[in-house]
Amino acid sequence: MKKNNSFDQSPDRSKYPENGPDNKPDIDLSSGKYSKVWQGPNHPGVTGNMSLELTLCGDEIVDAKTHVGYLHRGFEKLFERRLYMQVMPTCLRMCVPESDTNEYCFAEAVEELSGIEAPEKAKWLRMLVLEMSRLQMLLRVVPGQGGAFGLGIGVQWGMYVRELVLDLFEELTGGRVYHMYMLPGGVRGDLPEGFRERAQSVMDEVFRFAERIDNVMFTNSVFKKRAIGTGYIDPSWVDQYGIVGPNARAAGYKRDIRKDHPYLRYDQLDWEVPVLENSDVFTRSRIRWMDMQVTASLIGQILEKMPEKGSFKAPTPNALNWRIPKGETYVKAEASRGEFGYYVVSDGSAYPRRIMLRGPSYTHAIALLERLLIRANIADVGAIMVSLQTCPPEIER
Amino acid sequence: MSKLKDILTPFTAWNNLARDPVTVKDPVNDRPGSARYRGFHQNDIEKCIGCGACESICETGAIRMVPVEGVETKEGDSGLRPEVDYGRCCWCALCVDICSTGSLTMSNEYIWVDEDPEAFTFVPGIDPKPWDKEEKGWKKPEPDYELNIKERVSMPQREAEEREDSFIEIVKGYSREQAIAEADRCIDCGICQATCPAHMDIPDYIRAVREENLEEGFRIMYKTNPLPEVCGRICTHKCEDVCAMGHRGDPIAIRWLKRYIADSVSQENYQQALQQENPQDKDKRVAIIGAGPTGLSAAYYLALMGYTIKIFESQPRAGGMMRYGIPEYRLPYDALDMDIDYILSLGVDIQYNTRVGADVTLDELHENYDSVLIGTGLHAGKSTRIPGTDHKDVHQAIKLLREFSKGNEIPLARRIVIIGGGNVAMDITRTLARLQNQKYGEVHIITTSLETEDVMPADQEEIDEAREEKVTLRPGWGPQKIEIENDQIKGLHVQRCLSVFDENGRFSPKFDEEDQAFFEGDMVVEAIGQGMDISFLSKKVREGLDFTQRGRLMVNDWFQSKQEWLFMGGDIIQGPDVIHGIANGHKAARGIDMYLRGDLRYDEGRNK
Repeated sequence: MKKNNSFDQSPDRSKYPENGPDNKPDIDLSSGKYSKVWQGPNHPGVTGNMSLELTLCGDEIVDAKTHVGYLHRGFEKLFERRLYMQVMPTCLRMCVPESDTNEYCFAEAVEELSGIEAPEKAKWLRMLVLEMSRLQMLLRVVPGQGGAFGLGIGVQWGMYVRELVLDLFEELTGGRVYHMYMLPGGVRGDLPEGFRERAQSVMDEVFRFAERIDNVMFTNSVFKKRAIGTGYIDPSWVDQYGIVGPNARAAGYKRDIRKDHPYLRYDQLDWEVPVLENSDVFTRSRIRWMDMQVTASLIGQILEKMPEKGSFKAPTPNALNWRIPKGETYVKAEASRGEFGYYVVSDGSAYPRRIMLRGPSYTHAIALLERLLIRANIADVGAIMVSLQTCPPEIER
Repeated sequence: MSKLKDILTPFTAWNNLARDPVTVKDPVNDRPGSARYRGFHQNDIEKCIGCGACESICETGAIRMVPVEGVETKEGDSGLRPEVDYGRCCWCALCVDICSTGSLTMSNEYIWVDEDPEAFTFVPGIDPKPWDKEEKGWKKPEPDYELNIKERVSMPQREAEEREDSFIEIVKGYSREQAIAEADRCIDCGICQATCPAHMDIPDYIRAVREENLEEGFRIMYKTNPLPEVCGRICTHKCEDVCAMGHRGDPIAIRWLKRYIADSVSQENYQQALQQENPQDKDKRVAIIGAGPTGLSAAYYLALMGYTIKIFESQPRAGGMMRYGIPEYRLPYDALDMDIDYILSLGVDIQYNTRVGADVTLDELHENYDSVLIGTGLHAGKSTRIPGTDHKDVHQAIKLLREFSKGNEIPLARRIVIIGGGNVAMDITRTLARLQNQKYGEVHIITTSLETEDVMPADQEEIDEAREEKVTLRPGWGPQKIEIENDQIKGLHVQRCLSVFDENGRFSPKFDEEDQAFFEGDMVVEAIGQGMDISFLSKKVREGLDFTQRGRLMVNDWFQSKQEWLFMGGDIIQGPDVIHGIANGHKAARGIDMYLRGDLRYDEGRNK
């Protein structure tokens, strides 16, 4: 079933461009053989605002170039003019759909640099929010894979369940999408009364949803026909391209920061990292489907094991004059897309000297995507992007 | 089989035909936001003090402090209120979390529709909104959630055992780390600056501590206060009473930070730190009566303007009440001398042991000088005038303190009763306690006041420290009679005081005659307040002055009296405390400058 992505083993080279002296395809647009199509920056088949410059031969892509820069807000520069506490409500905008990983990495980095440790309760609450955040992201992206092929029903179901998770967020953090919950020193609120029961009933809904989506998507001949073999990632590319998260796990790499370098209290939770072989659109989607259920069960475990009492915020200095000791650190966490990290440098002042984000989309959506799109059918472009779970806001900081 | 399954299974979606729709179909009734939802801003206008912490923390610049109708600027309230621009707000609620008073909150309202785009910039609490009374919504999570540190850095002090028989300074002063940590707590609102009688630039010198730019801090202090060593120790710190941080925790230790800056600049470096240029000499001469805070402060600023200054001081040393009223354990003489020496080094001439009225007359000063400033202070002790106060063992606290400061021996009985609840009462109590300790090895002092402890005018720390030094405090009793037997004082009869002031705030104590007590003692000291002695004003001068109905001297905003060459300030006008004296001296100096340039008439300045 594997599609061939390598030029050298192409069965019929007659309709494809020859390689030029630089070993890159030599495309002569005036020959009439090729056409150039721009997909994006505003296109329903592109996640977020980025643009793909596609050269087609018929409906097959022979050359692809990604263009970013349509969403550049200069966050990393803005941070240099923000107090540390003011970075908190800004940093989460770097990735809209999964904002909490930003909050966590930043808060943890500041704590590490200033030598403050968040209280035990805060660590569990942070873990809870991170998992809830992963869950709502997966509730979008798992059925979204079907949506990219025109299977809309899963998306509608997923959105409903996701709204239930957002309700939980609203109860706990005071916000639905931008939670602004974890700040250096801890979190901004304890579990509301009755939260455990309500969260558990939402998790039950998640499991029911997982079963239904299994029926309409993964046991669906149309979906299988489109997804299997499309956008294949060779396991040898994983380290070459810096592929992380579900995209790597679908290719047989059992990598998860939560297990490999446990942070917060992940070492006290009991779960298995899902891993599959043969990373194509189908497998990657399947891995996320498995992740979704693992996450729902983790949330159950967290609510069960979380300490009942305790402070949720360590005392921190005046937010208006909080100077962080000189130093630098890199804090990483496993987002739903893979390794997500913040590199924070402090020069000892009240303003960060440099904050840099390492997001998985940078490698996935630029270098890897350019490679995956070659020989793909133009109708599969959107699906391949979704299957990499790219997030352009996170590429452009 | 598998292929057939792949074709058929998706049709299980049809099961949903039997389910109820999950979306809400009712568009009219709102679903209320959660109890913690970060909705639209509310502000309790009465509680808000306009400190502007919300404005400072707002990362989008959505909050602006604006003057609003119906809110007046007053002590402890800037008169400004936050205006929120919903075109910029990101609803992070950091403004709510950092709010000094807890007045700013958010409702759980979801939707606000308005045709007028200007409406979305509004002052919560002032511009009426439907959600103003909403109980639910984001509030600062209690109790242990703070974006600042509530507790001040505690000041290292000598323990009671170490200090109770010596006059060594009690307060040790902050270390570098402690001072910076305390300075970090400041939210830079400036409410202290507005309240300080001298309007010292407090946020700026606290910033100098934070940034470890102490010489800059020193310069900032000298702009409005040439006695920082003194004020850093014994100021009545009105600033701390209104500090925004005091609403939810301890106020910033502004006084100790001032002391930290003053102490960290050594006396040899004063000149270099202050970077003052020699002024151009003006051919006008000013006489100042009294080398207390008012006189010294005025002398400093006038000297900087180039005037020739001469101070006439009745005592052998300069400092006035700072030297002769305040005990050494609170204000060591070498700290006081550092301030005074610098002022005198600017070319200020001082004539000691010269009492105006006795050694030189005011009229002579008027003839020989272009302007005269009176800053004589309150040195005449008041008496309770109860039976027995004319006995030789009944003393005035202020006189005892003065004599002791001069190095003279003062009467000391084994058992002493002290009447008074102010700081002077505490000063004499603790001075005598130390002396008793030195002489008899034990303390037997009862200090009684009309006021109960919660309304005693003395600083709480003075009261607490006096107790630590084994003094007995009996607040809430009114003195009735001094019991004398065989010309020996036996003690003081008192009765329970029910209230000190009447409903108009006038002094009119009420007693419970049933509830009596007797405090034993061999000596009684009265410390119930001081009055001014202006007998040196000649009849001619006095007739040309304005007095208030209650007999107080009247001056205009620049401390100029109706006799336009004559200025007055300090305790005789305002206070009594050091910082008012310093502030009056500074302002009077500017008034004198204006007067000597011909720019100031008495009627031009509003009377106070």
